[in-house]
Amino acid sequence: MRTSRARAEPSAAELSARAWPSWGRLVWVSMRSQNRTFWRNPVPVFFTLGLPLIMLVLFGSLFSWDIDVGFGPIPAAQFYAPALAAFTAANAALSNVGITLAFQRQFGLLKRIKGTPLPPSAFLGGTVVSSVWIALLGTLIMFLAGVLFFDVGIAAAKIPAAALSFAVGTAAFAGLGLALAALSPSGNTAPAVANAVILPMAFVSNVFVPAEDPPDWLRILGDVLPLKHFSSAFSAAFHPAVAAPAWRGTDLAIMVAWGAGGALVAWRFFDWMPRVAGGRRAPKAAAGQA
Amino acid sequence: MNAPSAATPAVAVRGLIKSYGAVAAVRGISFEVAAGEVFAILGPNGAGKSTTVEILEGHRTADDGVVSVLGFDPAAAGREFRDRVGIVLQESTVDTSEVTVAEALDTFGAAYRRPRDRGEVLELVGLAGKEDARLKALSGGQQRRIDLALGLIGDPDLLFLDEPTTGFDPEARRAAWEMIKGLRSLGRTIILTTHYMEEAECLADRVAVLVDGRIVACAPPSRLLGSERATVRFRLPAGAAPGDLPALVAAAVEVDGDRAALSTERPTAMLAELTAWAVRRGIELADLHVSPPSLEDAYLHLIGADGDGNRAN
Repeated sequence: MRTSRARAEPSAAELSARAWPSWGRLVWVSMRSQNRTFWRNPVPVFFTLGLPLIMLVLFGSLFSWDIDVGFGPIPAAQFYAPALAAFTAANAALSNVGITLAFQRQFGLLKRIKGTPLPPSAFLGGTVVSSVWIALLGTLIMFLAGVLFFDVGIAAAKIPAAALSFAVGTAAFAGLGLALAALSPSGNTAPAVANAVILPMAFVSNVFVPAEDPPDWLRILGDVLPLKHFSSAFSAAFHPAVAAPAWRGTDLAIMVAWGAGGALVAWRFFDWMPRVAGGRRAPKAAAGQA
Repeated sequence: MNAPSAATPAVAVRGLIKSYGAVAAVRGISFEVAAGEVFAILGPNGAGKSTTVEILEGHRTADDGVVSVLGFDPAAAGREFRDRVGIVLQESTVDTSEVTVAEALDTFGAAYRRPRDRGEVLELVGLAGKEDARLKALSGGQQRRIDLALGLIGDPDLLFLDEPTTGFDPEARRAAWEMIKGLRSLGRTIILTTHYMEEAECLADRVAVLVDGRIVACAPPSRLLGSERATVRFRLPAGAAPGDLPALVAAAVEVDGDRAALSTERPTAMLAELTAWAVRRGIELADLHVSPPSLEDAYLHLIGADGDGNRAN
């Protein structure tokens, strides 16, 4: 390690010859930093990972009837595991990207980062990768619980389709999370907006309540929004009556469209400066999210 | 060395103008900062200090004027520029952070091509041994030191300190000054904004006084003092009203109870009138004294807060 006293000044040539840290490393560093923020804050950990698991246990234990959302009847517990896994992944991506960034902008962290040579793409990339990692953990927890306690079967031949659905669905909701961060006036509004979006969406998307014969407008609403396609793609992959490989092209295409739309909104409206008037910080608030 | 040579200023600003809607924040200012210099921008709230510094930092764009920082146009500068400047924002961002001191410095340091050693930075800001403390568990003063440490971790040629001690109690302020003085030994250029004259005097080689978007004085702190101006104080004799004083004195004096004070550029004439008047009446003026202007007085005079209006230089 060099010391301040003995340090020789590098020449201009030496300086420009010194390599920048690689983009991949900076994504990694940013991801680790966002992961720490997540794991050291009990509120997002509970709402992202704990609550869906509680719902799975409750729904799976309380509802003893069969559920049919189009692939044929199946015990409720086996329906809920993939459906809530999709919800967990979607919520993890949307909330952890959107709420985290909105708070970090409000607290001036984004402004601070903008003042460093960290490429914005590496920081945002690390944030998205962090949320995808958390979404993956949440999804695996749900499936593990489904397999261990609710007789959910996983066919090896359908795992590639499930993995692709996870990747596309999580990326799409991360894109929507970027849009949420871009449009939220403050950190405090982001959790409210995230919940106002994801919870009603879950109700029309065969996640909390399987709608076997919904009114047209609810069905259409669910068909337009992305979450139903995420849960359908997962449900198909884990439904015993759906044949392998269970690729779900239409579902994936609609999620890609939503994710791309979110990314476009973010590209147009995202900024790094606090939005509170005069640049003053809003009062300290817990980085709560649900 | 990649920093500008002594002949090339680290910062050159010419005719800088910035408005927010109809509000003019900076009304055409020009100054230069030499490499290695500690330069303070001093002024009351709303004078345009932060706007000026944020333009130099590249956080805002100027409406007009030429700005060169380390040879870069900060509005268009990218990673190369960011690699060589350190920014300590006015608002601390660390007080809700769950990460540790070491994690924060390592995360930020990773973005630079030549980060300074973490232990060395913590030594500089007086937080050696605090590596494992969570940022949110630190005291307010310690968090401000972390802000400074994060500004230094990239080993910048130029460091911006935007109101580094605003909101500090006097003791914490003095501790921060000692720390910032310590940075001078690094030989880096420092641009500091403050609304404390004492802070500028203590830390800066030169001070630009910014009032209402204009620089009204730019000089080493010792030369900001008007050399002639002085304050005369005395107690008003019992039974005398301010109107009884000689005209020259009466026009300038401010009376609070029996305490009279006046600020003047002609202390000799003022004293002659006042003492002649007193001698004629056989009065001994109690507590008569003349003092040179304090820096605070000089500053208040410069910013027009003493009731004289804005008088540049």
